[in-house]
Amino acid sequence: MSSLALHGLILAGGSSTRMHRDKAALKYQGRSQLDRAFELASRHAAKVFVSVRADQTLDPTRAQRPMIVDSVAGEGPIVGIRSALAAHPRVAWLVLACDLPFLSDAAIEYLVRERNSAGSAAGFATAYKSAHDGLPEPLCAIWEPAAAEALADYQAGGGHCPRKFLIRHGARLLEPQDTRALDNVNTPEEYTQALATLDRVPLMQLKIQYYALMREQAGRSEETLETSASTPAGLYEELVARYGFTLSREQLKVAVNSEFSDWSRPLKLGDAVVFIPPVAGG
Amino acid sequence: MHFRFTQTAIDTESARRELQTLSAGGYVSFEGWVRDLNEGQEVTRLEYEAFQELAVKEGNRIVAEALRRFPIKQALCVHRVGSLELGEMAVWVGVSSAHRSEAFDACRFIIDEVKHRVPIWKKEHYRSGDSGWVNCERCAAAPQHSHAHHRQDRLAVSNPKEPV
Repeated sequence: MSSLALHGLILAGGSSTRMHRDKAALKYQGRSQLDRAFELASRHAAKVFVSVRADQTLDPTRAQRPMIVDSVAGEGPIVGIRSALAAHPRVAWLVLACDLPFLSDAAIEYLVRERNSAGSAAGFATAYKSAHDGLPEPLCAIWEPAAAEALADYQAGGGHCPRKFLIRHGARLLEPQDTRALDNVNTPEEYTQALATLDRVPLMQLKIQYYALMREQAGRSEETLETSASTPAGLYEELVARYGFTLSREQLKVAVNSEFSDWSRPLKLGDAVVFIPPVAGG
Repeated sequence: MHFRFTQTAIDTESARRELQTLSAGGYVSFEGWVRDLNEGQEVTRLEYEAFQELAVKEGNRIVAEALRRFPIKQALCVHRVGSLELGEMAVWVGVSSAHRSEAFDACRFIIDEVKHRVPIWKKEHYRSGDSGWVNCERCAAAPQHSHAHHRQDRLAVSNPKEPV
């Protein structure tokens, strides 16, 4: 058995570029993913911290938790991992990205058990193999203090990818027991699908038509799509994330089945929705 | 039907004939034309598009409202969609009534309401090569400000000493 204590580190410093909003704040089952990941890690590690960039320390999603602020130069998860290893150099770190809503206690228990049974043979890290490509998953892994120096050298040599680091330096790799557990959620479409699974939010097919500026911004005049939104207001929020519409909801009207509608009207399967930008007839 | 769209030039003669009735003593019409200048930009042509299903419903409701509010005989609005050159007619409103005063009032009411309520959009193409959706692009440039910036524009003009 390894004698090293285990701490948890939730990586929440990413820019969520493809999601168009903070992935840590996305809610599943009524709680933010940051809270869910934090609570999951807390059931398996003695202390848990949120990894943040220096400019995120006042962010309300993160500020109520113990934090480890990036203390080494550079960008990306490698900086968070190195900062944790530097802040508490005598513990191992259960590192979890905060875009893994399907992670379960079973998946973490198995990781911790395998790592403990390896003892001093745990090397730099114990990680799952990706169910998709068999490569190590560095952001659902236990990192050992022994990795600190090699990580610093790797970064000094221009490296920045923790997965490539583990490929190069070797990690104890585990077959995932549940292939879905490590599916990450990077886009609004993936979030919609994840909600359908986790919250059993029924997906509903709707027909959307786009006009004028919104037609140009969406790059299409109509589509049929599956959504978890239950009102036009929720649907517009989803579509803003998808297409980056520049008009705010306050500037629009909405029509359902070719009649003006409230933003809070419950949508039904097959409804046809049209968002109406400021009009300019005459 | 009191409101319709056309893809081709508006036939004002046949539209006018639809309003004729022996009880009408007068007829007023309004024509909206494509102008070469808007907000300081030289316009070369316009594109109109409409959410026709709802636009026809809303246009008909507007003309029906005019027929209830004003003692007029007949009213009709025809709107063009598609690409229009300078000088072409984009919209036509006609009203017939026993006396001239209510025909003027109803005609004005209809064109004003159509501009505000009917889901029709126009894209202006400018001599500079730029183009823009009227009423959308400036709002979109300041999405969080809703329409408050229009008021700020006026304040800036009325108080020239205010630093910009």
